[in-house]
Amino acid sequence: MRHRADLAFRVLALATLVLALVTLVALVMDVLADGAGRLDWQFLTSLASRRAEDAGIYHALAGSIWVIVLTAALALPLGVAAAVYLEEYGTNSRLARFIEINIANLAAVPSIIYGLLGLGLFVRAMGMGRSVMAGAATLALLALPVVILSTREALRTVPKSIREGSYALGATKWQTIWHQVLPMAFPGILTGLILSLSRAIGETAPLITIGALTYVPFAPDGVWSPFTVLPIQIFNWVSRPQAAFKENAAAGILVLMALLLAMNASAVFLRDRFQRQGRS
Amino acid sequence: MRPRRLERLIEAALLGAATVSVLTTAGIIVVLAVETFEFLREVPLVEFLTGTEWTPLFANPRFGVLPLVAGTLLVSAIAMVVALPMGLLSAIYLSEYAPDSVRRVVKPVLEVLAGVPTVVYGYFALLFVTPLLQRVFPQMSGFNALSPGIVMGIMILPLVSSLAEDAMRAVPRGLREGAYALGATRMETALQVVVPAAFSGITAAFILAISRAVGETMIVAIAAGQQPRLTGNPFVPLETMTAYIVQVSLGDTPQGTLEYRTIFAVGMLLFLMTFGLNLVSTWLRERFREEYS
Amino acid sequence: MNVAPPTLTPLAGLTGRAGAPGSTHDTPVKIDAEALNFYYGPKRALDGITIQIRTNLVTAFIGPSGCGKSTFLRTLNRMNDIIPETRVEGRVLLDGEDIYAPHLDVVALRRRVGMVFQKSNPFPKSIFENVAYGLRINGMARTKAELNDRVEESLRQAAIFDEVKDRLHESALALSGGQQQRLCIARALAIRPEVLLMDEPASALDPIATQRIEELIYDLKKTYTIVIVTHNMQQAARVSDQTAFFWLGRLVEYDRTDRIFTAPAEKLTEDYVTGRCG
Repeated sequence: MRHRADLAFRVLALATLVLALVTLVALVMDVLADGAGRLDWQFLTSLASRRAEDAGIYHALAGSIWVIVLTAALALPLGVAAAVYLEEYGTNSRLARFIEINIANLAAVPSIIYGLLGLGLFVRAMGMGRSVMAGAATLALLALPVVILSTREALRTVPKSIREGSYALGATKWQTIWHQVLPMAFPGILTGLILSLSRAIGETAPLITIGALTYVPFAPDGVWSPFTVLPIQIFNWVSRPQAAFKENAAAGILVLMALLLAMNASAVFLRDRFQRQGRS
Repeated sequence: MRPRRLERLIEAALLGAATVSVLTTAGIIVVLAVETFEFLREVPLVEFLTGTEWTPLFANPRFGVLPLVAGTLLVSAIAMVVALPMGLLSAIYLSEYAPDSVRRVVKPVLEVLAGVPTVVYGYFALLFVTPLLQRVFPQMSGFNALSPGIVMGIMILPLVSSLAEDAMRAVPRGLREGAYALGATRMETALQVVVPAAFSGITAAFILAISRAVGETMIVAIAAGQQPRLTGNPFVPLETMTAYIVQVSLGDTPQGTLEYRTIFAVGMLLFLMTFGLNLVSTWLRERFREEYS
Repeated sequence: MNVAPPTLTPLAGLTGRAGAPGSTHDTPVKIDAEALNFYYGPKRALDGITIQIRTNLVTAFIGPSGCGKSTFLRTLNRMNDIIPETRVEGRVLLDGEDIYAPHLDVVALRRRVGMVFQKSNPFPKSIFENVAYGLRINGMARTKAELNDRVEESLRQAAIFDEVKDRLHESALALSGGQQQRLCIARALAIRPEVLLMDEPASALDPIATQRIEELIYDLKKTYTIVIVTHNMQQAARVSDQTAFFWLGRLVEYDRTDRIFTAPAEKLTEDYVTGRCG
């Protein structure tokens, strides 16, 4: 009797997992069914248009890439520097603990709040306007906790013996970090960065809030230019009642998912490649 | 002594980078507080927190935030009905039962589910799940709380599963082995020994999931509607706090106006709610860690 | 391998090559520790250590596990500084100057007092870069030619150049354990220290590799002052001129190696070297 309960429980748990899997499959198939037909070269290279058949994704794709590259350029040095401080210099001081608590909290703040911060601080107070720069700065703050966390983990994988060997040769702390620790931790840092960027590329709410426009029929021409990104364009199309826009949205989703897949795959690939190198 | 000066400078620069996180928190609080303060100069706090009509963009505006809060809570509750039991079941299964072959399939699936952008979930909710549900509930309108709630639940499920699993794995093997030695089945051990032992860790996971649901934006912005409404009916359109902020941001509201300030006031409320939930979750997690280390 | 092993005489006549009649132990004092106490947090690990280490001799620290010999070794180049919550009382003089004086440049100290670790720890870089690292960060080679020369010189001093000369730019991790340790010695020698501290340098190596390291030490003492920690008493007897016996954080006896192993003054020392305890 008890074993039957055990079996029932196991079945229930498996059913749960199957349901989750089925949902994922349904989602993918639905998007494919709606959008695969619309996905063609014209779609990828056209700009936005009020007519669904003419509208393309190029401007949004360009905008996404502009924003992501700039976000990486901001988040990487800042995140690595912060992680190096916390992991190599600050250990156990009250200040370091306070900073760590802040980072942990920030990781759980809803992304739309970051949008409000970006709006008040970057767009208004610092006068960046609704530019690529403001968007990237906002996303960089959003990505920072994850970059810091994954960099710290990467730094921890560097064995103490390497640091000791460097100090014993008369190296200063920073020389040791710059010449030995960071190069060894680099693959892990890079993987963490790519993963956090792949989350950022799907972010919609904070960028809408800072004013990334939903109708920007051109690709950005500089960091101070207005812009839109893939997920916002998808959102824009989903919000329109006409069926043709629904196809555009689905096709846009396929492009976004392809981009995500490429980023995640490259992160995994890089991590494996560097792991193999390290073991030589 | 110059290399020493350089070392100190570098350390200061690195510390500066680390304090950006503190500045971010401060920035969030300041930005929200300043605009909320201005807002509250024109709208009394009591009206804001207890009013039942939210029509700030109308000619005769009302600023009672309760409909938005109700909308958020309703969708989140539906999401939790999906995510919490399913997530816990999944965690129990992965932690106590699953052979490696199953884990190798399930874990990536859960990771993918967690990684799908929310705008894609919104699309799915509006254009697949809603029509599907309308076949079962013909009275359901195109915008409603049930569809985004369910989809949000599936999205949050991996989070619950992974955090709860971590909590259960932290429970020492000795406890389980004691139960098995007494002849308990796996289910009995899981439900009567492991889950209670991991209770505060699991609760921390649940609270974090609620916080996540409360802060979620795009799924509801796409599929729930833009009609603030104080209701418990999952079949009708409503509006959540997050969707309201998006709605105003998409429009042309000029800065410095009362309407503009409403998004910060709502944002402040949202921040306080999620922050409070996160604090409780962290406190529980700390307590849990102390129990098992 | 056709190198004759060093004479392994039985315990009673353990003198090896060190302490042979005629060798002088009156070279100038290089390192002078005065009443050194060392604390890990509240726990005292070293108690009143006073010892003079002489130039161009090999001094061995022996004693059972946990007796403090490695801890004391690490105080000589302030490697213990990187462990949090440690404290030092007393003085350690290098050529008459206290290395624990406030404002002392630790970096400069470690250039003069080098260290080789128990488990070889080559950097995950090429063989060349491993040796060149110390030269680069200390700004010791101004031209590429000078760098190449110094690297080769160090590799020769460590008796490993011939084995690696054709693969200098390959990864150091591809070397065998014994080769890696010799590489670490070369790396330490590259910056031309005055003192070389060796913390059980051969404990992780097979007998043949160990023998090569011991021969190396014998050659190196002409140029350097060497302090070696070892748990292997035969090794201490073979390789060192002076031996210090540590027990529970105290220096029990310090004398010429031949006397420590044949006619120690303390009963505890005698018990340890004859294997009756520890």
